[in-house]
Parts: sequence; structure tokens; C-alpha cells
Amino acid sequence: MESRIKFSLNTQVVVLIVAIAMWIFLGIISPYFFTTGNVQSVMRQMTIQGILGIAEVVVIITAGIDLSVGGVVAFVNIVMSKMVSTGSNIASTVLLVMALSALIGLANGVMVYNLRIPPFIATLGMMSVLRGATLLISNGSNIFGLPRSIADFSSTNTLGIPNLFWFLILAVVIVEIILRYTSFGRYVYALGSNIEAARLSGVNIRNVTYGVYILASTLCGLAGVLETSRLWMGVPTTGTGYELDAIAAAVLGGASLMGAEGTPLGAFIGALVMTTIYNGSVLLNINPFWTRIIVGVILVVTVAIDQLRKGRR
Amino acid sequence: MNQEITVLMKDITKVFPGVIALQNVTFSVKQGEVKGLVGENGAGKSTLIKILTGAYTADSGEIYVFGQKIDNMNPILAEQLGISAVYQNLVLAEHLTVAENIMLGTFPTKWGLVDKPAMNKKAEEILSQIGYRGIIKPEERVGNLSTSQQGMVAIARALSRNAKIIIFDEPTAVLTDREVNELFRVIRWLRDSGRSVIYISHRLEEIFELCDTVTVLKDGAVAGEKTVSETNQDQLVAMMVGREVRHGIFDDTRKIGEEILRVENLSNKKLKNCSFALRSGEIVGIYGLVGSGRTELAKALFGVDPVESGEIFLNGKKVSLPNPRESIDSGINLIPEDRRREGIALKLSVKDNINLPVYPRITKAGFVNRDKEKEIAQTFVNILSIKTPSLTHRVENLSGGNQQKVVVAKGLASQSRIFIMDEPTNGIDVGAKEEIYQLINNIAREGSGVIFISSYMPELMAICDRILVMRDGRIVADVERKDFDEESILALAIKHETMVGGETGGK
Repeated sequence: MESRIKFSLNTQVVVLIVAIAMWIFLGIISPYFFTTGNVQSVMRQMTIQGILGIAEVVVIITAGIDLSVGGVVAFVNIVMSKMVSTGSNIASTVLLVMALSALIGLANGVMVYNLRIPPFIATLGMMSVLRGATLLISNGSNIFGLPRSIADFSSTNTLGIPNLFWFLILAVVIVEIILRYTSFGRYVYALGSNIEAARLSGVNIRNVTYGVYILASTLCGLAGVLETSRLWMGVPTTGTGYELDAIAAAVLGGASLMGAEGTPLGAFIGALVMTTIYNGSVLLNINPFWTRIIVGVILVVTVAIDQLRKGRR
Repeated sequence: MNQEITVLMKDITKVFPGVIALQNVTFSVKQGEVKGLVGENGAGKSTLIKILTGAYTADSGEIYVFGQKIDNMNPILAEQLGISAVYQNLVLAEHLTVAENIMLGTFPTKWGLVDKPAMNKKAEEILSQIGYRGIIKPEERVGNLSTSQQGMVAIARALSRNAKIIIFDEPTAVLTDREVNELFRVIRWLRDSGRSVIYISHRLEEIFELCDTVTVLKDGAVAGEKTVSETNQDQLVAMMVGREVRHGIFDDTRKIGEEILRVENLSNKKLKNCSFALRSGEIVGIYGLVGSGRTELAKALFGVDPVESGEIFLNGKKVSLPNPRESIDSGINLIPEDRRREGIALKLSVKDNINLPVYPRITKAGFVNRDKEKEIAQTFVNILSIKTPSLTHRVENLSGGNQQKVVVAKGLASQSRIFIMDEPTNGIDVGAKEEIYQLINNIAREGSGVIFISSYMPELMAICDRILVMRDGRIVADVERKDFDEESILALAIKHETMVGGETGGK
């Protein structure tokens, strides 16, 4: 497995160099960049995207894709806001929405394994259903009236690090451990490399497929809870386009859509690069419309460099 | 009758890494003739045809079409010269109509748009030539047609390109008797209209029904050429065999013990009442041509394909093996035919591949015991002397022989007692083959039973205690080592009128 790690580290190293170059550049140009306040702000900004990137990478390793990640975030955000604003207990609400997210993942898994729907279509359908459900529940308008404590959670730090960011660290560590040290993790990569060989080696393809989509959706549920804390309200249109950012973070971090390649740590680095670009362009007063162009170019260039490097092996 | 020679392939040699596929093969077809091309699996029939149609390039030799020397044959040139292949797996666009398929690439146009009426009319004309006017409609989607009708569309397509030399590669494998008769009628019409037909089949009775002359290939060389009216099936079979059997591979020091596997009347879609037994220390070969059901038998035994009826006994106890996991846990291992597609995960390391079937045994509370994992991988890398720079090296970077050893290592690691090996020496070089043979001997010497499936009979004759012969999903014979005879075994596998049941085929 080291060869896999080494290889994806190589991809990650390319991206990490890009990130460091950007930091040096921003540090020189903007005295504000390396202040505690800004670093904490970057951490807060990248948390949601980082967690979704990790969710995405788990699915991508099996040569699948999950387009419903943003939909889950919005769905969780609305359900949680509605319940808490009408007086439900926060802790039990969080548990409930996490369980709902896991169920959504199971539904994705059933569509992909039992109904043999290509992951792209299955999760596209799920995304649409969740978006519709979100609008129905919220009646299309924002939901206010959440207790102050919810907003406070995301604006406070623990040991100098924003609470939100701790969850990202937790997600990276846990999913890295799962993929690296458990038999489930081995099966996830085996599925992405050769599903038929995995089946003939006695791997229970159904359970692994379910597991992958449940893990991904549960992570999205966590991101949805954190998003609710960050917004301090329910916004039915939140999470729009998050799936594309999540895929971009995973791919920047070395994941291959052909499967069997990618790591949660890579997705973390990918999200870091993208957040740095967003943050940097704000600091440099660049027209925000440009940032998406820059992200797009960096994504394509990184993968192109990686492909060229692989081709030369 | 002095017919013109339309195709002449002279001294064709083609070498693949580790294998000489064709050696100085000379082959020709005349105008208005149906030429049979026969030979065992791997004799070089398909390679020869692929060189003629430009899919492969010969290493040496010359190709003449209508007397003209063709230097760089390629698929486009072949088609322009009027060479057209109607393959077993038809390559038609199922979503397009019959007419569109027939005229694909040569659409009649009007002001830059496809002229549909003209296209349909042209297609209809061609279909009526082979007697299918009104039976196959030009506007019909090809996906809605039966297999045999699709074959007719493929023939019509060849005719629309003015094909003069038409190749049929095992066309009857998926057809019913009536459809075969219909196909033969069309092939005879092609011959009578002055075209040349090359007909590949290992069903000898078809050769005698249809062909004028026949060329027999054996191990990549021409074993002989006959006029069909002057030969018989036995003579052709005799020409196909006679290959050298390597001596000294057979291990008679093995102790053959008690019965470990018994299969009774195993049946499913592809298998009919297969029964046999395997004892510990025994190496049993399964010989059969492609499509005889040998791979399907392996897959049914391993729980990949469903079993409809019949019973499997392990060590005298009746078992059900609904999936590969159960089979592995019961001590059965399959080394699949298609290594790259079914045997290994190319992007994973040697270590992860070897351990893939055994993770449940070295996992506690979900966590893999990483020391055990390394130890297992290292053990079998040593035992099988797998050449890899490290345990973490990706399997895709190993040679074919070493990849095959990784597949074998998976079986050894899961401590199997019954090894089903489907074409384990396929596509690996001679040295690696010898190693695989020794490995099979070693496995059997340790007390396991081996089922060795191969379409290369000399290797089965070299190593096996018995050979089961399969044809049309049945085990038609169980031949003891003392009765091994290439000719009679091949006859059992190839002829229609074979003995039924577990009789000995030694004659």
C-alpha cells in the first residue's frame, strides 16, 4: 500500500507546492495574510469543503461519484433549522439528521448496487430529490430563530483553533484510519481497482458499496450540521455547487475518477488550496468573479501536469 | 476448372512475446470456393485472419490479393480490397436501423443530408440478393433482430462494400440448427456468385457439409490441406494432433488419498448433469474447446454462477456454495481464466492482492493485523519466488508470469485444499509455464487436489492423472492417464457423436 500512498503523495506534493507558493506570495503582498484572524478565517472557510472533499474521495476511490453531497448539506441545514427553531432539543436533532444522512447514503448504495444505476445518475437523482424536499420543507424561504448558542459554536476557538476546523481534522484522521488500517478500507480500494477480482476473492461487494455511500453521506450530514452553525439559519439554496468543489478538492488531492487512487489527506490539501485562492483574492481585492476562473485553471493544470508525469514513467 | 486464386498468404510468421503464433504459414483461397480453416484453440486460426484483415501485422511473409502484392495491410485497405470479416461477436450498431448499418460510411446523400429513401432502397436490393427481401425490413432497428438475422445484416453490409472475400469466424456458435441451415444457404449463394469464403469452425461436421477444401493448422503451422471430398473427420483430427508432450513433468511420487470433492449431476444454463470426483493429491485435467462449458463448470463450483440442480460434496459432506466467500472458506479456490479482468486488482500492491481473500481471518474489530498481513505476503512471495522489488509494489508493474503467481498466492494464502485453475499458463512465457507446472505438482504433493482446465492438451497430458473431456456443457469422458491419447481425446471433444456419461475414452 505504501506505493499507493507514495504515489498519491507525489500528486499531493505538486498541489502542496502550489499552496506554499501561494502562501509565500500572499504573505509578501498582504501583511494581513498570516495574522491569526485570517488564518482562523481560512480554517473556518475550508471546513465544509474539506469534509465534503473527504466524503467525495471515499466514493471516487471505488470508481463512483457522489453528486448529492451539496443536496445533503442543504437538506440537513433546513431540517435542523426547522426543528431547532420550533423548539427541538439540539443534541437529539443533530443525531436525527445524521441518521437521516446515513439513510440517504444507504439509498444511494441500494440504487448503485441493487438497481445497477450508474453512480452519476443515481446520485444526480438523489440530489434533485433532496433539493426539492428542501424547498418543500422550507417553503422556499430562509428559516430564522435559531438559538445564539448554535452560532457561537462556529465562531469560538478551542486551543486557538476554530471549533469547525477540529471537526475537519477529526474527519481526516478517522477516514484515513478507516481506509488505511481496516479490511473495509482495503476492500474500498480493491473495488475501485477491479470489482470482479474483488468479488472472486470473496469480498462482499454489496456491503462495501453500502458502506462507502453511507460513510460519504454521513460526512455530508456532519458538514450540513456545521453549515447550520456557520449560517445561524436555514437557507434552502445553501450547498449549491458544493458537489463540484468537493470533486475538485478530491481530484486536486490525487484522486482518480478511474478508481483505486486518492486519500482523505489529499482531499484536505485540495480544499486548502482552493480556500487559499478564495481568501487570497479577497485580500488582494481581486474581482471575486475571477476566483472561479483561477480555481478552474489550477484544477486542470494540476491534473494535466500529473498526467504528463505519469505518462513519462 | 481453373479458378483464380483471390488471396494468397505466403510464409506468414507472427511472434508474440514468448509465443510463436504462426510459423511460415501459407494459405490461399480460390474464387468460388468455401475454404475451411480448422485447428485446436490456439492453433493460430484467428491470428491468421487478423493478419489478413490488417488487424495484426505479420513479422514476415507476403500477402497477395488478386495477384497484387500488398505490403502494409490495414483494416481500411483490406476493406477496399474487398476483404470482409463477419465475426462471431457481430459489430453492428444496435441502435441504428438495418439500412443504416448496411450503408454505414457510404450513405447516399442529397444536398448534404442522408437520402433515406435511396438508402433504404439500396439496402433492400442487397437484402433481396440473399433472399431476405421483406423478411428483414430496412427501417427496423438492428437491436430488435434475432442473432441470426443480425448475422445476415452483417453479410449484407459486406456485400454493400462489394466484398469479394468473406470470412466467417465460428459463426454458428450461437445459432439454432435451422438458423445454421439458413446461414449455409447464404454462404453457398456467396460461393456460387463467385466470391471466396473462408470458414473457420471447430465443428468438423460443418466443414464436411459446407466446405470445398480445408486447411488444418497445428501449433501455428500448416498441418495439411485437403479436398473435403477426399478426406474424413478422423483424418482431420489426426492432422490436428501429434504435438510433442513434455516428459518429466509428471510427478508419480504424489500420494493420492481419499476423495475430497464429489460433484453429482451439476446443472445450470450452461451445464448438463456434470458428475466427477477429486481426491487429495490428485491432478485432474478438464479439456474442452471454447464454449464446451469448462469455465462455466469452474464458476458454478466456485459459487460465481448459480447452480440449478445437482449436489456438491466436500469430504463426504453435502455443501452449498452460493458465493465465492463460502467457497473460499470451505477451502476451494478458483484461479480465473482472465487474470487481468478477474484475478488481480492491478492498482493494488502485491501485499494487498495476496491478502484480499484472507482479510476476514487477519482482522480484529475491523482492523487489519498489519504484521500478519506482511508476513503472509512475504511467505508466499518467497515460496513462489515472485519477482517484485517490494511487497508494496503495484501488481500492474509485474510481468505476466509473476502476476499469475500472485493469483496462485491468493489461493495458497487462503489455505485452500481444492484448486480450480482455469488456463493458468495462458499468456505467460515458457520459463514461467514450467514454474507453474512445478507449482501444481507441489500443491498436489502437499495433499491438495487440483482441477486443471486447459485448451492446450499437451500440457494436460504432461501433468494430469486423469482428463475429463467436456463438450456442450457435458462431461463426455473421463480418461485415465494410461489411456491418454491426443487423437482420441480431441475426437471426444470435437465430434458430435460422442459417448455419453463417464465412460473411458481410451478406446
